[in-house]
Amino acid sequence: MRLVIKGGRIIDPRNGLDTVGDLLVEDGVIAWCGQHLPDAMALDGDVVFDASGLIVAPGLIDMHVHLREPGFEYKETIESGGRAAAAGGFTAVVPMPNTNPATDNRAMVEFVARRARETSPVRVWPTVAATRGNENELMSEIADAKEAGAVAVTDDAFPLQSAELTRRVMEYCATFDLPLLTHCEDKTMTRGGVMNEGLVSTLMGLKGMPRAAEEIQVARNIRLAELTGCRLHILHISTARSIELVREAKKRGVSVTCETCPQYFTLTDESALGYDTMVKCSPPVRTAEDVDAVRAGLADGTIDAIATDHAPHAAHEKECEFQAAAFGMVGLETALGLVLTRLVHAGVIGLADAIRKMTVAPASILGIPGGHLSVQSPADITIIDPDERWTVDPEAFQSRSRNTPFAGWELRGRAVATIVGGQIVHGDLVRAPRGRVRA
Amino acid sequence: MSALNRNILALREMSADEIQLILDQAQEMKEILSRPIKKVPTLRGKSVVTLFFENSTRTRMSFEMAAKTLSADVTGFAASTSSVAKGESLKDTILTLNAMKADAFVIRHSASGAAHFIARHTSARVINAGDGTHEHPTQGLLDMLTIRQHKGTLRGLTVAIVGDIAHSRVARSNVWGLTKMGAKVRLVGPRTLLPADVEQLPVEVHTNLRRGISGCDVVNVLRIQMERQDAGLFPSVREYAQTFGVNRSVLREAKPDVLVMHPGPMNRGIEITPDVADGEFSVVTEQVTNGVAVRMALLYLLLGGSNDASGH
Repeated sequence: MRLVIKGGRIIDPRNGLDTVGDLLVEDGVIAWCGQHLPDAMALDGDVVFDASGLIVAPGLIDMHVHLREPGFEYKETIESGGRAAAAGGFTAVVPMPNTNPATDNRAMVEFVARRARETSPVRVWPTVAATRGNENELMSEIADAKEAGAVAVTDDAFPLQSAELTRRVMEYCATFDLPLLTHCEDKTMTRGGVMNEGLVSTLMGLKGMPRAAEEIQVARNIRLAELTGCRLHILHISTARSIELVREAKKRGVSVTCETCPQYFTLTDESALGYDTMVKCSPPVRTAEDVDAVRAGLADGTIDAIATDHAPHAAHEKECEFQAAAFGMVGLETALGLVLTRLVHAGVIGLADAIRKMTVAPASILGIPGGHLSVQSPADITIIDPDERWTVDPEAFQSRSRNTPFAGWELRGRAVATIVGGQIVHGDLVRAPRGRVRA
Repeated sequence: MSALNRNILALREMSADEIQLILDQAQEMKEILSRPIKKVPTLRGKSVVTLFFENSTRTRMSFEMAAKTLSADVTGFAASTSSVAKGESLKDTILTLNAMKADAFVIRHSASGAAHFIARHTSARVINAGDGTHEHPTQGLLDMLTIRQHKGTLRGLTVAIVGDIAHSRVARSNVWGLTKMGAKVRLVGPRTLLPADVEQLPVEVHTNLRRGISGCDVVNVLRIQMERQDAGLFPSVREYAQTFGVNRSVLREAKPDVLVMHPGPMNRGIEITPDVADGEFSVVTEQVTNGVAVRMALLYLLLGGSNDASGH
């Protein structure tokens, strides 16, 4: 099948492209991308989609999700998480290895990759746990896992505590040219903590997690990256001083990148007043000062990427006492809407910059294909209506879980269609708001 | 239609007028407690369930006596003997109990926000009898009632709260109740026992006991928990007693007619010396009586009709 996407605004930050034009998909790859498709290239029988008024972007890549398979299939599976990703406009996701058993060796990485091939509508790039069983003691067989398809090493959800072990993991990652994605948290300072430490935790009588617990490890890991030459990526950065540390390290030329998630540029700890467990996540949402710093870090490029930290949990794991509730929120189906509403329409960053942080930036951090619309590359494309107004309805989620603090929020902008390898995995182009298909 | 159409979850969420109404009503209730026949029919036919997920014999008994004096039927639910011990969730528990059509739940729970959680899942009235390190509104009210009985008013008084502020629901309820009623509050303790951003509360913060209680009308001494020493928040009970224990000598810094209060149970010789605990300034036993009066007032205001509470 040949698919022509006509008259959309094509934004491809990697190739410096921002133009109204056409895109031709043939045999799953991009055959033309740019201004008006030459008449000679059009054929009878092409499926033509009128994308006027819409954005045609490289397929979005979410470099930080939890798909919960194996071990927690009641929360999410690679299939349901893949459907949620497609619905949110993502064509590729990077699941974290805190599964049960942990994704900490070749067999587990191969299992994730196989389940993805069998069940997921979007691409899945596995990661491998830094330590066996995520136990913070012995290093995993990282080289073997890389050969099996792992694209990064990470301690997500089980932050590396020992500086010595972290150093050795970094040296080993550098040996095999894999990035280390670190969840920066000094656990000795956050034990029992359930939200940001500050005035609001004091008012609510909840144990806080101080910002310093994140910042100490950001500083330490930056220093260890300098020592080892490891490519360091800091997951879900959330505090003003963490961002300042990364900004300063980048100036010195340290090989460090970072991501943030929609909750950290959208919510403050005040959203927990009333004990709404939906806002409970790790790191916790912080203060207005931190939200401002996250926005500034996105605007000046200190924060390279936007991910979701999609963390599905079943209803009963959230409908309970705040301190007993699970950490995390789903994000795949709200991220693009929040980025457009809270960053782009709010004037914090430009549309092309937002797309960069969700496409080519994560691809280059991880060294994976995708994230651009170059001719002859796989046709992973996200078509976005930047202005469609919609209301977040968790009941309509493709994800198996509903744990979002954004239920009922009015957002502006969403994915109209998601195309992976030339296949439409989300959206009905015939029914797309402004799309018309002619046979 | 009840006089106070709300749940009692946190004094931070209440107005000065509401607090005034409760204290005035409690004063009337106290008179009933001094009668030879301590029973009025006001809440006959009303059912109150006490849900104690955390042991507290004195608070539970105080609520039970309050309810029984007003002729309400009281049923006790203790977590250790219930299905909670078998792993039932708080939500399942409250949905089950809600189906039994109680008029009010009195809840004590170790998790901050547990009373709010229960209030969201029941149509019955909810009274927070202490939730984690959040609030203990009836303790705050009974402390205020005790002070008012001695000083005539709360407005303009200076109240020092001494000890483990960070983990104290009593301190939080006192801060909000007292400041709403026009008193000045000082929080006194080592930095390790003060909560984050405490300076942003409407209080004075002191880390020196003598300066903290200097010129105070009331000193409210908090119970120190042994697990705080184990958590490394102070080096030893001995050192705590020496630096923040309230004794006769430091009490001379306060006003001559100072009131000494303690929510109980007291660790004599640790946060308070025995001579102060049992001395002429102590109103600890009056606090207990006032606790029953305050709880009667709340049950009456939340559940009662327009009947005359005093039963004349």
